Amino acid sequence: MSTHAYDDSHEEQIGHSEAGVEQKHLGEKSADWVDGRLGIYSLAKANLRKIFPDHWSFMLGEICLYSFIIIILTGVYLTLFFQPSMGEVVYHGSYTPLQGIKMSEAYESALNISFDVRGGLLIRQIHHWAAIVFVAAMLVHMMRVFFTGAFRKPREINWLFGFLLLFLGMFDGFMGYSLPDDLLSGTGIRFMEGAILSVPLVGTYLQMFLYGGQFPGNDIIPRFFTIHVLLIPGIMLGLLVAHLILVFYHKHTQFAGPGRTEKNVVGMPLMPVYMAKAGGFFFLVFGVIAFVSAIASVNPIWAYGPYRPDQVSTDAQPDWYMGFSEGLIRIMPGWEIRAWGHTLELGVFIPLVVFGLMFVVIAIYPFLEGWITGDKREHHILDRPRNAPVRTGLGVAWIAEYLILLVGGGNDLFATHLHMSIDAITWTCRILFFVGPVVAFMVTKRWCMGLQRKDKDKILHGRETGTIKRLPHGEFIEVHAQLPQEELYRLTAHEQQAPAQLPPAVDENGVKRKVGAVAKLRAKLSAGYFGPQSQIAKPTAEEHAEITAGHGHH
Amino acid sequence: MTSQDNMSEEHLPEATHGHGGGPVVSKDGYFADPGLPPHEHRRTDIDEKAARRAERQVATWFLLSMLATVGFIASYVIFKPGPTHHVYVWPVGDVSPLNFALGVTLGISLFAIGAGAVHWARTLMSDEEHIAERHPIESTPEVREQVFADFRQGTKESGFGRRKLIRNTMIGAMAMVPLSAVVLFRDLGPLPEKKLDTTGWKAGMLLKNMNTGEPIKASDVEVGSLTFAMPQDLSEDDEDFQVRIAKDALMLVRLQPGDIKDKSSAAWGYEGVLAFSKICTHVGCPISLYEQQTHHVLCPCHQSTFDLSDGARVIFGPAGHPLPQLQIGVDATGNLEALNGFTVPVGPGFWERSE
Repeated sequence: MSTHAYDDSHEEQIGHSEAGVEQKHLGEKSADWVDGRLGIYSLAKANLRKIFPDHWSFMLGEICLYSFIIIILTGVYLTLFFQPSMGEVVYHGSYTPLQGIKMSEAYESALNISFDVRGGLLIRQIHHWAAIVFVAAMLVHMMRVFFTGAFRKPREINWLFGFLLLFLGMFDGFMGYSLPDDLLSGTGIRFMEGAILSVPLVGTYLQMFLYGGQFPGNDIIPRFFTIHVLLIPGIMLGLLVAHLILVFYHKHTQFAGPGRTEKNVVGMPLMPVYMAKAGGFFFLVFGVIAFVSAIASVNPIWAYGPYRPDQVSTDAQPDWYMGFSEGLIRIMPGWEIRAWGHTLELGVFIPLVVFGLMFVVIAIYPFLEGWITGDKREHHILDRPRNAPVRTGLGVAWIAEYLILLVGGGNDLFATHLHMSIDAITWTCRILFFVGPVVAFMVTKRWCMGLQRKDKDKILHGRETGTIKRLPHGEFIEVHAQLPQEELYRLTAHEQQAPAQLPPAVDENGVKRKVGAVAKLRAKLSAGYFGPQSQIAKPTAEEHAEITAGHGHH
Repeated sequence: MTSQDNMSEEHLPEATHGHGGGPVVSKDGYFADPGLPPHEHRRTDIDEKAARRAERQVATWFLLSMLATVGFIASYVIFKPGPTHHVYVWPVGDVSPLNFALGVTLGISLFAIGAGAVHWARTLMSDEEHIAERHPIESTPEVREQVFADFRQGTKESGFGRRKLIRNTMIGAMAMVPLSAVVLFRDLGPLPEKKLDTTGWKAGMLLKNMNTGEPIKASDVEVGSLTFAMPQDLSEDDEDFQVRIAKDALMLVRLQPGDIKDKSSAAWGYEGVLAFSKICTHVGCPISLYEQQTHHVLCPCHQSTFDLSDGARVIFGPAGHPLPQLQIGVDATGNLEALNGFTVPVGPGFWERSE
C-alpha cells in the first residue's frame, strides 16, 4: 500500500476498487468483509497487540478458564449418552457383578458410558478430573488475587464475578457427581435433603418442591440434570465472558519493578506471544488432564452399586471441594431445640449458615477493606503479601479454617489411617475451628513483619555475597554488596499509607465534636492495618546514604 | 563503621551501579525508578543455528502430536471396551487397555501441541517488553456532566417524575408480574402436610427380612447380630419402593434383657429383640455399623453413634435425637410383627416435627 503515491483518501478508494483487488490476500478480503458488517478493526486495533505482563501466578486464572472449556466439551459428549431418568430398569450390560440388579436408567447409562461406549470412560474421567482441577484452580487463583491486593479498585466487581464463578462451580460439581445415581452420589443427595429439612419454617416445603415429593422420588435426577447442564453453566458462561472482558478492559495488574508504574502496563503483546503461550497452555492443561484420566481412576461408580436409601458404603466422602461443608456438619454438636411442637435442628442448620458465611466474607472483603482504608484510588501495581500483613493474615486465617474443616470432613479417614480416636480428632477440630484462624492470623502477621524487616535490612546493608573475608585480627566476616538501583526501587516501590485519623475532638470554634461509634471503629481498624504493628517504615534514600557513607564507601 | 567494608574491590562481585554517587534518589526521598532495563537477547535471537535448532524442536513436538493422534485412532479400533479387559501397566496397576491407550495418546497429542507452541513463543518470538499506557477507568468530569444532563433531559421528556400516576402504576405492574412466575412453580411438588410424620408401618404388619424376603421368627434373631427388615407389604418391585424404604428401613438386634438400660425401650421389644429405624436422625443416612459388645450403632456418613441398649440415645456425633423405636411383638406363629406404627417421625429433624 505504501508504494502508492496517492494521498490517504485516494489510497483508501483504491483499496476497495479493482486496482487493489488482485494484490489483496484472501485473508485480508475476508477480514474486510467481516469489518464491513461488524466493524471489528477498531476492536482488533486495541487488542491484537494488547500488552500483558508476565508472572507465573497469572497463569492460575488460565487454568480455570481452560478446565472450564474442557468440562463443557466433555460434558456435551456425555449428554449424548447419559439418560437423566430415575425410571427403573434391570441391568443386563457388560459389567457382570451387577447383572440382573434393579437400578435407575441414569445409573445404567452411566455404566454403559463407562463400559460400552469406546472412550466413554475416558471422557467421563476427563470431565470429572477437569471439574476437580477447575474448582482447585479457582480457589488458588482467588488466593493469588487476594494476597496481591488485585481486587482493589477498579476490580471489585470482577472479584464478585470470580466469587460467583467459584460458588456456582462448586455447586455444579456437586450436582454433576450426583447425576449417576450410584450409592455414593445418592448419599450426597440424601445429605442435601437433611440439610434442606433443617431450615426453619420453609424447610419441608423446599424439600418437597425440589424433590417433587418425598425423598428420593423420581424427579431429582432429571431436575439436577437440567440445572447442571443448562442453568448453572449458562450463568457461568456469562459471568466468565464478563470476567474476561473486564480483565481486558481494566488491563492486567503487574508487580512493581523498574519501569512499571500505576500508569502503564509492561509486558508482551497478545499477538503473537500470548496467543502462543496462552493457546499452548490450553493444550498443556488438556493434555495433562487427559493423561491423568488415563492412569488414575476417579469416581468408579460401578464399584458403588445403584442407590438405595437403606444402603450405604463406609467412608462416604464428597469431592474435595465439598469437604469443608462435610467438616462443618461433622464437628457440629447435635444441638436441637424442641419447643411448642416445633423442632429447630441447629446441629444441621448452623453448619448450613456457617457454610454460607464462609463465602459471604470472601464476597464482601474488597468492600470492607476499601471502607477501612478509605482508599478511593485505582490500583494496578500489586502488593507483595508481606507489605499488607493484616490482609495476608486474614487470608491465611480463612485458609486455615478451610483446612481444619477439610480435616474434620475426613475425620473417619484420619482416624482409620492414623489409628487415632475419632472422638479426639473431632474435638480437636472443634477447638481449632475457633483457635486455629486466630493463631494463623497472628503467626502470618508476625511473619510478614519479619519479612518487611528483612527487606529493610537488605536495602540498608546490602545483600550477602557469599564472599568470606578474614580481617587482620583473625575475625571472619561475610562481605555485603549494595543492591542495584532496580532492586532498591522494587523493594521500596510500595506505598505506606498512614492510619485514618479521627477528626480533632473540638472543631475550629472550640465546640466539642461528636464522633460516631462507626467512625471510631473505622479509625481503630485503620490503625490495625497501617499502624506500627503492621508496617515497618521503608527506608528512605537518606537513611541508606547515611549508612553507606558511614561505612566509608568501598 | 563495621569491619566488613574495608576490602579491596577486586574481590567483590561486580556492582551494577553505585560507583561514584550511590543510588539515584526520587523526589519523595526514596529510590528513583531506573526505568525498564535494556532488552537482553536470547541465544536464538543472535545465533541463527540456535534458532534453527529451536525451530526443529518445535516441529518435533507438533510431529509427535500427529503421531499420537494416529495412535489414538488406532487404539480406538484395536482395543475392546468393557470391564473384563485388563492389563497390568507399571507403575499404574491394572488398567483397561482401551482407556489407558486412548488417554495416553490423547494426552500426548494435546500436550505436544501445547509444548510446541510454548517453546516457539519462548525461543523464537520476540521477548522484548513493551509499555502500554493505562488510562483511568473513571470518565472525565465533562463526560460525566454530559451523561447527567442527558439523563435529566430524558427524565424530563418522559415526564416520569411529574406524572406520578403513570410512575406508580408502572412500578406496581412490574412488581406484580413476577408473581405469575412464582405461582408457576407451585406444582414442583406436593405440600408437606403430614407426609414426613408417618411411615408405612402399621399395627399387625409382619417384619420381613431384607435379604430373604421371609418373615422373621423371633427365635432366629441372635444376640450380636444385626438384621435389616422392611414391612411385609413392601416389595422391591413396587413403584414407590425407594420412597418407602427411605423411611421404613428397620434394624433388629437382640440384647440380653438384663443389658437393656432403658426399661420402656425393653418393653417395646420382644424378649430382648428391639427394632429401630435404620435412618439416621442427623441427615438421613442408613446406619449400618454395629458394635456387638457395646450395642452401639454408628452412622458411616457423619459418625453419629447411638446406644441401642439405652433407647438408641445419641452418645457421639452430630445427630440431635435418638433413633425412633418400633414397638414389636410376635404373631401366633412366632413371627415378629409391629404392634404399632412409629410414634415419632423417622429420619432427620424438621421444623414441623413435634415430639
